[in-house]
Amino acid sequence: MNDKITEALAHRILVLDGAMGTMIQRHALTEKDFRGEPFKDHNRPLKGNNDLLSLTRPDIIADIHRQYFAAGADMVETNTFNGTWIAQADYGLESAVYDINKASAIIARKVADEFTTKEPHKPRFVAGAIGPTNRTASLSPDVNDPGFRAITFQQLSHAYKEQIKGLLDGGADLLLIETVFDTLNAKAGIFAAMEVFKERGREWPLMISGTITDASGRTLSGQTAEAFLISMSHAPLLSIGLNCALGAKALLPYLQVLAQKANCLVSAHPNAGLPNAFGEYDETPEQMKAQIREFLKLGLINIIGGCCGTTPEHIKAIADVAHEYQPRKVASVTVA
Amino acid sequence: MQKANQANAVQPPLKLSGLEPLIITPHSNFVNIGERTNVAGSRKFLRLIKEEAFEEALAIARDQVEGGAQIIDINMDDGLIDGKKAMVRFLHLIASEPDISRVPVMIDSSKWDIIEAGLQCLQGKGVVNSISLKEGETEFMEQAQKIKMYGAAVVVMAFDETGQADNYQRRIEICERSYRILVDKVKFQPTDIIFDPNIFPVATGMDEHRLNAIDFFRAIQWIKAHLPGARVSGGVSNVSFSFRGNNMVREAMHSAFLYHAIRNGMDMGIVNPAMLTVYDDIPKNLLERVEDVLLDRRSDATERLLEFAQTVKGKSKERKVDDAWRKGTVEERLSHALVKGIVEFIDADTAEALEKYKRPILVIEGPLMAGMNIVGDLFGSGKMFLPQVVKSARVMKKSVAWLTPWLEAEKGEKKTAGKVLMATVKGDVHDIGKNIVGVVLGCNNYEVVDMGVMVPPEKILQAALDEKADMIGLSGLITPSLDEMVHLAREMERQNFDIPLLIGGATTSRVHTAVKIEPHYRKGPVIHVLDASRSVPVVGKLLHDQKDDFILEVRKEYDKIRENHTRKRSGKTWLSIEEARKNAPSVEWSAKNIYPPAREGLTVYDAVDLEPLRKYIDWSPFFRTWELHGRYPDILTDEVVGEEAQKLFADAQKMLDRIIAEQWLKARAVTGLWPANAVGDDIEVYTDNNRSEVQTTFHTIRQQLKKTAGAANMALADFVAPKATGLPDHIGGFAVTAGIGIEEKVRAFEANHDDYNSILLKALADRLAEALAERMHAKVRREIWAYQPEEQLDNEALIREKYQGIRPAPGYPACPDHTEKSALFELLNATENAGISLTENYAMYPAASVSGWYFAHPQSKYFGVGKIGKDQVEDLAKRKKMDVAVMEKWLSATLNYR
Repeated sequence: MNDKITEALAHRILVLDGAMGTMIQRHALTEKDFRGEPFKDHNRPLKGNNDLLSLTRPDIIADIHRQYFAAGADMVETNTFNGTWIAQADYGLESAVYDINKASAIIARKVADEFTTKEPHKPRFVAGAIGPTNRTASLSPDVNDPGFRAITFQQLSHAYKEQIKGLLDGGADLLLIETVFDTLNAKAGIFAAMEVFKERGREWPLMISGTITDASGRTLSGQTAEAFLISMSHAPLLSIGLNCALGAKALLPYLQVLAQKANCLVSAHPNAGLPNAFGEYDETPEQMKAQIREFLKLGLINIIGGCCGTTPEHIKAIADVAHEYQPRKVASVTVA
Repeated sequence: MQKANQANAVQPPLKLSGLEPLIITPHSNFVNIGERTNVAGSRKFLRLIKEEAFEEALAIARDQVEGGAQIIDINMDDGLIDGKKAMVRFLHLIASEPDISRVPVMIDSSKWDIIEAGLQCLQGKGVVNSISLKEGETEFMEQAQKIKMYGAAVVVMAFDETGQADNYQRRIEICERSYRILVDKVKFQPTDIIFDPNIFPVATGMDEHRLNAIDFFRAIQWIKAHLPGARVSGGVSNVSFSFRGNNMVREAMHSAFLYHAIRNGMDMGIVNPAMLTVYDDIPKNLLERVEDVLLDRRSDATERLLEFAQTVKGKSKERKVDDAWRKGTVEERLSHALVKGIVEFIDADTAEALEKYKRPILVIEGPLMAGMNIVGDLFGSGKMFLPQVVKSARVMKKSVAWLTPWLEAEKGEKKTAGKVLMATVKGDVHDIGKNIVGVVLGCNNYEVVDMGVMVPPEKILQAALDEKADMIGLSGLITPSLDEMVHLAREMERQNFDIPLLIGGATTSRVHTAVKIEPHYRKGPVIHVLDASRSVPVVGKLLHDQKDDFILEVRKEYDKIRENHTRKRSGKTWLSIEEARKNAPSVEWSAKNIYPPAREGLTVYDAVDLEPLRKYIDWSPFFRTWELHGRYPDILTDEVVGEEAQKLFADAQKMLDRIIAEQWLKARAVTGLWPANAVGDDIEVYTDNNRSEVQTTFHTIRQQLKKTAGAANMALADFVAPKATGLPDHIGGFAVTAGIGIEEKVRAFEANHDDYNSILLKALADRLAEALAERMHAKVRREIWAYQPEEQLDNEALIREKYQGIRPAPGYPACPDHTEKSALFELLNATENAGISLTENYAMYPAASVSGWYFAHPQSKYFGVGKIGKDQVEDLAKRKKMDVAVMEKWLSATLNYR
């Protein structure tokens, strides 16, 4: 399967899927949906725990994957953005983490295989999605005690390891550590992945995608795009990229940095614009398509998709424009 | 200093990172590694770490970076220090200091557990200093493997199982062996390998040390020629070990050593930049003697240098620090300290400012707030980023803490003005704004209970109860936080809180607060606080005696925002009317929500007594009519308009007396309660309780704006039991006026050119009509429909609509179709029963009239329909048997098209 990804990426720009949350919202699910039978007596509210739907409403998750594949995505992300015990602790579901990840990967795997069988010329892939968790290893949540940390590297790598095992057992083709706002969190993810690879005696492709959160062009933890790239470069990277936060337009200068400096592939999956006052994303598929065309024209991209607020309609527009362009060529190591 | 000889110039660079990249190519200048954050190398640093004076220890790190260190070496190896703990603590603190953490860190320890603990704290790509073959290949490989997984470069000491390399041959042998293991077995990036071939002291007086410098230089050359990609580093100060205490000689030795080492290819070194001099500035006679030693040029080199050293003992160049800012005014210094986040001098500067400004509060409001404003601007424009702002807030806090005793002294005793609980909501780590607000509030004598970030709603609410907080302030920066705030508002409503909820943070807005949050928390006020500077007045007002007026004012303002918002919003996504109906609110329908009226049909009040209505008057709009902006009753004491307001109020009271005594105005009212059920968006009103014959039909309008998940598309029909439920529901209607007879009086005033009294009368009639509508609604709830017979509410509560049920008016936001009034008026026979008629444009006459429907269901609430689509207009026209074009005319302000 790795070979198939590499082969596909050698010839074309691969399209990643769009937002999961936006699609789940369309279903207006209730607490009951989230709980399902397995968690009907759980002692805390579970509504909003989207990852849990892989166990309680797999039909909806499969259908969302299906819509994205049908829209032209080559790769979907598993429904596991919050699939660590750290993130699930909010819901008291630490013990369900392995199952959530495995089930999510199985769902995505099955739908991907459906499409691959139908269209063997266009194999579909499953990216095991690994979110940043809701804690930062590099920043203190307490302004009066900058030396304090709410989470340690060890806790993070432990949590990620459990998630990664579930994702790989469920059949993910590769791992995608995304929305990296704190590079140290991502480093714990890489550490966990490398441990699992060592234990299993093989490697899976690794995608890393950071997020630039403000106008200064830095990650939340303060790094520039290039410093972020350097900090990730010890991992066996399939790709490095950016997602979320700023919309496609504002992403351009930082993608240029990555495209210029990285000697692996480059990915981007921006939001549908900047959120408005209501936290909604207004950019239409056509607007996003136009923005992304700029990336493609400049030859910056190997893998393209959407993040918050994007829908199958956006992905279709993105897939359409991606087919018009050649992927970025990975430069040989440059001498600065 | 440029490196000279480079045989293999095309090797890839060594890339490191802190917050910013550091790229070391063969053509890069020599990289200075700061050495003073090393307990083995700096007695001061050791003392500070032992005393846990971390802030001062940080200042040393900052000095180094400002002094030009491109990497900082951190070493905590000391028998009296818990090295692992100190390393972690110091690295955590550095991470909060962007001025320092912009450069990569070198974790320097001989203990692997300290190295590993350090690696777990570095987000950037740092350097491990060091590992070696000292304990054998297995351990060496394991450690290298781990370092690779953590993502760092590594310094490899020329050290093996038999000891440290102390001559040229041993150096190159050990380096080669280490290199092959790393590259071939561990698959370590060759460019991430840095050799330290041991810098040993010279001029020790011992013959075997005479070649120490030369052997090092030769080893560099060999490594560069034979081990591709590898770099060379070393601890430079070792070389001058014999001249401790003689800085002038030491500085010259360091510079000269570096000069030659760099020419031989040394890439980086641990150097105290303050202990360096410029090679060309070394006095010729000293340089000659130093180089004689380093290069072993004469047998008496050591003696000659020692001799020279005696003559220059004690002289050292001045340490240069970037402290020009210390020469500025106290305001400039405070501002600089705030912007740069430097706490070192803040106490002294604060003291000086207090001396100048005399009162602590003036220091806070003056130079400190000015500095914080700069920070805010820089952050807003992307010129500062998060960790810097956190630092600035800390400086602010320190300064305020220093001032606190004086603040207290000024007030006699520290008595806080109120308690504000603050939290950044679940899932969000952003708290700068919140903390700044906390600081500002603290500065203004409020007690702030800060719960930190990522606080789950249940904890916030529990703490609010435990702390007996006067209000809750929520903050958030990322967009999902908005939903959390909404959630918390809902929870507050559900758990019967009534304390104010303040909303702040970058993604929040007044519009969002008004539209999305406030409607969920009606039991207490919800107020958006734009920035820290606004927080003080807002909190102050909420804790003031007259807070209710403030709250009411805000509430009304938000009502207006909501209205404007729904009217104005463009470029939105609209649902088809079918889709909107599918997203109707889920209203609970069961017998317990159905209230059989105590008195069905019409109730007519032919002559309402005006005197009891006086106390129901909401005076604030009255003053607004006169363009006197302010809230009753404090408008009466307003500094600017108070006097005029008092005069007006006195006149109004006088006129009211006459209106009542001389019966200038007559008030009439009619209410009706009829059997009704909803059919789609229509409400069928039946002739009787058989519900077989439809007497008339009300047509309500449904919201079509695409809502976020969980929010419904409402129509007033949703609040009447659907016919399909079989539940015998009712709808009510009313029409009241207080304007009967007004024309005569108005004409009389106008004839007298007395506009003042004419307007006064009209304004009072309007107020009386509103008061009557409010009173009738209460009467309906308690007596006529009697679904809340026990309700006891004061005027304030009435205005805040703290009761069950609504009384929306046709033509207004909940159903913006004025033509519905005709059916209502017909049912009420309002013209006959209340003396109110409709003009051809459905305006009520007399003007001082109010009409509307009554809905009793506990879930019924006010809302704005917003804009609607053509499909609904067409559907409505069909239902009302009206022409589409006519319908469009009546709804022209409501259409989302054209």
